[in-house]
Amino acid sequence: MTKPLLSVTGLTTEFQTDEGLVRAVDGVSFDLPPGGTLGIVGESGCGKSVTALSIMGLLPRPNGNIRSGKIHYQGEDLAAADTTRLQRIRGNEISMVFQEPMTALNPVHTIGRQLTEVVAIHTNQSPDEQIRTAVAMLQRVGIPAPELRMTEYPHQLSGGMRQRVVIAIALICEPRLLIADEPTTALDVTIQAQILDLISSLQKDFGMAMIMITHDLGVIAETCEQVVVMYAGQVVEQGSVFDIFDRPKHPYTQGLLRSIPKLTDIPKQPLDIIPGMVPSLHDLPVGCRFANRCQHRAAECDDAGLIVDAVTEAHTVRCLKWRQL
Amino acid sequence: MSAPLLEVRDLKMHFPVKSGFFSLTKVWNFAVDGVNLTINPGETLGLVGESGCGKSTLGRCISRLYEPTAGEVLFKGINLAGMSHRQLLPYRQNIQMIFQDPMESLNARHTVGEILEEPFLIHGIGNAQSRRQSVSKLLDTVGLPGRSASRYPFEFSGGQRQRIGIARAIALKPELIICDEPVSALDVSIQSQILNLLMDLQKEFNLAYLFIAHDLAVVKHISDRVAIMYLGKIVEQASSNEIYHRPFHPYTQSLISAIPIPDPHHTATRILLKGDVPSPISPPSGCAFHTRCPKASASCQHKAPILEPVAPEHIAACHFAEAP
Ligand SMILES: Nc1ncnc2c1ncn2[C@@H]1O[C@H](COP(=O)(O)OP(=O)(O)OP(=O)(O)O)[C@@H](O)[C@H]1O
Ligand SMILES: Nc1ncnc2c1ncn2[C@@H]1O[C@H](COP(=O)(O)OP(=O)(O)O)[C@@H](O)[C@H]1O
Ligand code: SF4
Ligand code: SF4
Ligand SMILES: [Mg+2]
Ligand SMILES: [Mg+2]
Repeated sequence: MTKPLLSVTGLTTEFQTDEGLVRAVDGVSFDLPPGGTLGIVGESGCGKSVTALSIMGLLPRPNGNIRSGKIHYQGEDLAAADTTRLQRIRGNEISMVFQEPMTALNPVHTIGRQLTEVVAIHTNQSPDEQIRTAVAMLQRVGIPAPELRMTEYPHQLSGGMRQRVVIAIALICEPRLLIADEPTTALDVTIQAQILDLISSLQKDFGMAMIMITHDLGVIAETCEQVVVMYAGQVVEQGSVFDIFDRPKHPYTQGLLRSIPKLTDIPKQPLDIIPGMVPSLHDLPVGCRFANRCQHRAAECDDAGLIVDAVTEAHTVRCLKWRQL
Repeated sequence: MSAPLLEVRDLKMHFPVKSGFFSLTKVWNFAVDGVNLTINPGETLGLVGESGCGKSTLGRCISRLYEPTAGEVLFKGINLAGMSHRQLLPYRQNIQMIFQDPMESLNARHTVGEILEEPFLIHGIGNAQSRRQSVSKLLDTVGLPGRSASRYPFEFSGGQRQRIGIARAIALKPELIICDEPVSALDVSIQSQILNLLMDLQKEFNLAYLFIAHDLAVVKHISDRVAIMYLGKIVEQASSNEIYHRPFHPYTQSLISAIPIPDPHHTATRILLKGDVPSPISPPSGCAFHTRCPKASASCQHKAPILEPVAPEHIAACHFAEAP
């Protein structure tokens, strides 16, 4: 087996808040091989972005901290790396694309300046070469008249064009890992299709690994090989995309797949639902965190010490009763 | 055939755009540009289209939050367009709205009880005691605990706030609710709860919905008929099943093909559209879709197609409309 490019073990990230310490990510572990694609799915607040920010070393300081766990990137533990080292790794080795392109762009600088700045930091190209690299990258992400766009400001572009620019900036130094956090959620479905198509073709060209964070199970099915399902800060199930969609074992995964409206449904039929809602991170049960919404709940589900069980070597589930379901 | 509950005829909403300070020529945003539609009692008409195509503006014209530039909004045969506020009052309770972000439409400084009591107060219905009873009945109908009445909107989750928004919308027993992206901001597991609630309420109160959303799978699930909108115009309309199984318009076809399917065995055969939606400020000539249309020919730039029957109960606006 190839050695993983990224190996996250027992990642636990906490935030200091007015109401005390909250554990936003609790013992998250997964491996990602070079060139592989891993999806992280779960409802809002379940810890997907915090997982990504922890890997990137971009947690808001001083409130956000990695409490424990390891983030091995090519053998080096990023959880223990210093700021200078992390800065070096970001952009050169690992890049990130966020949901809202405007937050990633500087509104007062031209597109050209934002691209060449990144090239300048990470290579020793001359200014002319930097411009050529930037124009070529804009061309590659499908921006028409790239020379002209170089002189424009972010507000002059549409949402889809901005996300292409953000992708260009993220990929201009050919990182080995791209973390895409809801990259298409703010976009229309026809633009989403363009961007997903672009990301996967760039991924092939650059041989890059990717973590795709989304709440859209359609995007997961389409882009990912491995899937991590998160719930209230924990991984509740993980496996290949076929494990998760064809033979889901966790009642939450099963419920999620059943509750989405599908184009093939007969219209106006009641949808399957998951009743209730996610518990607050301030008030988590000691036992299974999904218990209050689970139709298979038994007395022992509320006991402390629920562990992750292996369905197969590559498919794990955090449920006591998965065998009986 | 029974009379439609709502009939919209050639509705237009053109917003003036501030151009240069000294500019003499007026520039217009053709947000809604000649829309016809009908909704029957107890029926759901879905309205789908990309951001900026005019869905919300259309909904706001129907509920008369906007005064349309031209056209008619017939509610049970009576034209609401052009009516004064006083004249509108009796119709207001019959047409309600639900929004994407309930927080924006709920007064944050009022308790949920006060928010739900307000419609009764405005229309002078009942006394303090009967209003309190109505509020607790409403909470029960939308699946919220009775003690919610004394709490504030910010104390609730997104899904619960949408339930509050729905409770307020149904308070005065309207016959039509304009639902503007009511589940777009919700998590999948909460979205299905709200969709079921809307379908249950429809059956119980014989409600009609105009259901606006950009997610075709959601719209198809909840609607009897679906209208597809592009740059201020409806380009295709048919029953939910028909629009999915036999889309005639190239835009509808590409919209459907763009939806990611939650099945890893499915291989997408995608019709990728070029570029972005053009601005409604200077929409393309002829067929407004011609700049992105994979089937466009030279004539499409000059001649605007009109909505015509392409199959029973199925209309589309394309010179080359055909089922896949
Ligand atoms: N009050 C207003 N004044 C001026 N222009 C407006 C106003 N409301 C909407 N518009 C413009 O009208 C067009 C249609 O807007 P509308 O919000 O109705 O579209 P939409 O399809 O609902 O979009 P979204 O999905 O983003 O909400 C847009 O170009 C918008 O900028
Ligand atoms: N800067 C912060 N301060 C305090 N809590 C935070 C902060 N960022 C995130 N959280 C909390 O961490 C949890 C997980 O958030 P996040 O990872 O953003 O969820 P998502 O899965 O939507 O990306 C949430 O409860 C959120 O409120
Ligand atoms: S551990 Fe128990 S409550 Fe939790 S998901 Fe499994 S069956 Fe349900
Ligand atoms: S009329 Fe022409 S441009 Fe418009 S949708 Fe039909 S083929 Fe495409
Ligand atoms: Mg997030
Ligand atoms: Mg809208």
